[in-house]
Amino acid sequence: MTETELLTWVRGPGFQIATIIFVLGIMLRLFEILMLGRKANLAEAKGSEMSSGLRTVFSRTIPDASTFKRSAFTVTAGYIFHIGLFVVIFLFAPHILLFKDIIGFGWPALPSTVIDATAVITIITLVIVLVHRLRDPVKRFLSNFDDYLGWFVTILPLITGYIAFHRIGMSAPSLIAIHILSVELLMVVFPFTKLMHMFTLILARWYNGAISGYRGVQS
Amino acid sequence: MTNDLSRKDKTLGETLRSQGISRRSFLKFCAATASMMALPPSMIPTIANALEKARRPSVIWLSFQECTGCTESLTRAHTATVESLIFDSISLDYHHTLQAAAGHAAEAAREAAMEENNGKYLLVVDGSIPLDNPGYSTIAGISNYDMLMDTARGAAAIISVGTCAAFGGIPHAKPNPTGAVSVSDIIKDKPIINVPGCPPIPVVITGVLTHFLTFGTIPELDNLGRPKTFYGQSIHDRCYRRPFYDKGLFAETFDDEGARLGWCLYKLGCKGPTSYNACATTKWNGGVSFPIEAGHPCLGCSEPDFWDGGGFYKAISMPTENITKTTIYAAAAGVAVGVAVGATGRMKKASASKAHQKVTIDDLEK
Repeated sequence: MTETELLTWVRGPGFQIATIIFVLGIMLRLFEILMLGRKANLAEAKGSEMSSGLRTVFSRTIPDASTFKRSAFTVTAGYIFHIGLFVVIFLFAPHILLFKDIIGFGWPALPSTVIDATAVITIITLVIVLVHRLRDPVKRFLSNFDDYLGWFVTILPLITGYIAFHRIGMSAPSLIAIHILSVELLMVVFPFTKLMHMFTLILARWYNGAISGYRGVQS
Repeated sequence: MTNDLSRKDKTLGETLRSQGISRRSFLKFCAATASMMALPPSMIPTIANALEKARRPSVIWLSFQECTGCTESLTRAHTATVESLIFDSISLDYHHTLQAAAGHAAEAAREAAMEENNGKYLLVVDGSIPLDNPGYSTIAGISNYDMLMDTARGAAAIISVGTCAAFGGIPHAKPNPTGAVSVSDIIKDKPIINVPGCPPIPVVITGVLTHFLTFGTIPELDNLGRPKTFYGQSIHDRCYRRPFYDKGLFAETFDDEGARLGWCLYKLGCKGPTSYNACATTKWNGGVSFPIEAGHPCLGCSEPDFWDGGGFYKAISMPTENITKTTIYAAAAGVAVGVAVGATGRMKKASASKAHQKVTIDDLEK
């Protein structure tokens, strides 16, 4: 297989397979959760589930003062790499083209130098986060294979993307193919690991808010 | 003059002088070639000496499954440059498009050149070789494969000119009806220099030729057998429109404001980021322009399988297939499977609670 053939495969059948597993997996897991349902609450409702639930989906994005005080590092580092991932994935021109091809519309891109710098910051932060996880006894105790796999498939596209952008070591078609392949690995692993939190956090936050709303207390 | 040119014992220096090339322009050419091939300035006299004394090398040019575009490109230098005179000064003993002889006389010229310069001649090939059926492409009743194997045997080195000879090119494009292969696919025991492009840049050929005449060796090649000096950097990295890419300024269509302002053609499918060639630096038509400068995205013609790269007008980051449909179908299937799994779980739960039997004190005391 030549490198052009490899690139064509990862852009074609490879991406097709990854998309099927990614989308099917996410929908399957979400609907599995939704199908669980909840037992009917026999207590009288003292407030609205919906408004409290919706509010909590957004309000939990900002950490409360005591959480921040207790784990300032985790919160800050978490913010940095999540925002970094958002910028790198959704605001880089070639990536926007991919989304435009699938959903039919695009949005303005950031200059590639900004993306480049953001990628470096994100990679460094992810490395620091891993070191912290390994050195902190509580975090290490709570971590299992799922966490390390999630970390690995997240940092891999960042690193391969950075190398492909700067064309280090190999020729461009191979590097871009490896980058896309690493993204496809992320897509395949995504629905079956803790990376699903990207979607399930919305359900979890809504439910947290909803039970408080039903009881008429602040969430 | 024609007689002068055809004298085989003449050195290159003599040929050039007889063409009215001054010492000064000859040295300028040597200096330009040295810098082009990234050689130190101290190598200029070496190049000059070597070229000066070089006997006209015998070149046999074989054309197989090709469109003659490569020959057109190389012979259509619109000004008489030293480069074109270097071409003139090689002893092109066989080239079935350019030679006057035809039929048996042409083949006799090839055989004579092979015998006379055994082990020393350069073999230039353009076009791919069909392996499925030898009858797909023959010259004087000889199949391309047989002619290549026969002629390659006594060659000092082989230059595969054009993407067809270097990588199979357009005949090799899916579904490859003739079973076309490249020269390097079937010849393993000779130094092969790939000079891909559709067509390749003429100056690359002179550069390779000059290197061969000066050092008697082939230049440093990349993993695809291309001279690194010409194919060392991607079009994207040397493109004059690169700053627009970095700023995020793109032409969205061929006639929008961005296209008129000369912005980056990435979104229109430019293959510059994955293509290695010298177009952006040496340019075409005597340094006038190159495709991107003319407003058209790079097709990546110097890369293997460029014809099957998922569409010329689709950006590299775009999937080559219809992912929207895939996404919708996969989502629908995911919902269905999720609901089915959930329902099965519920049914299990319901039947388990139905089958549940209460344990009484009496049961325990039995």
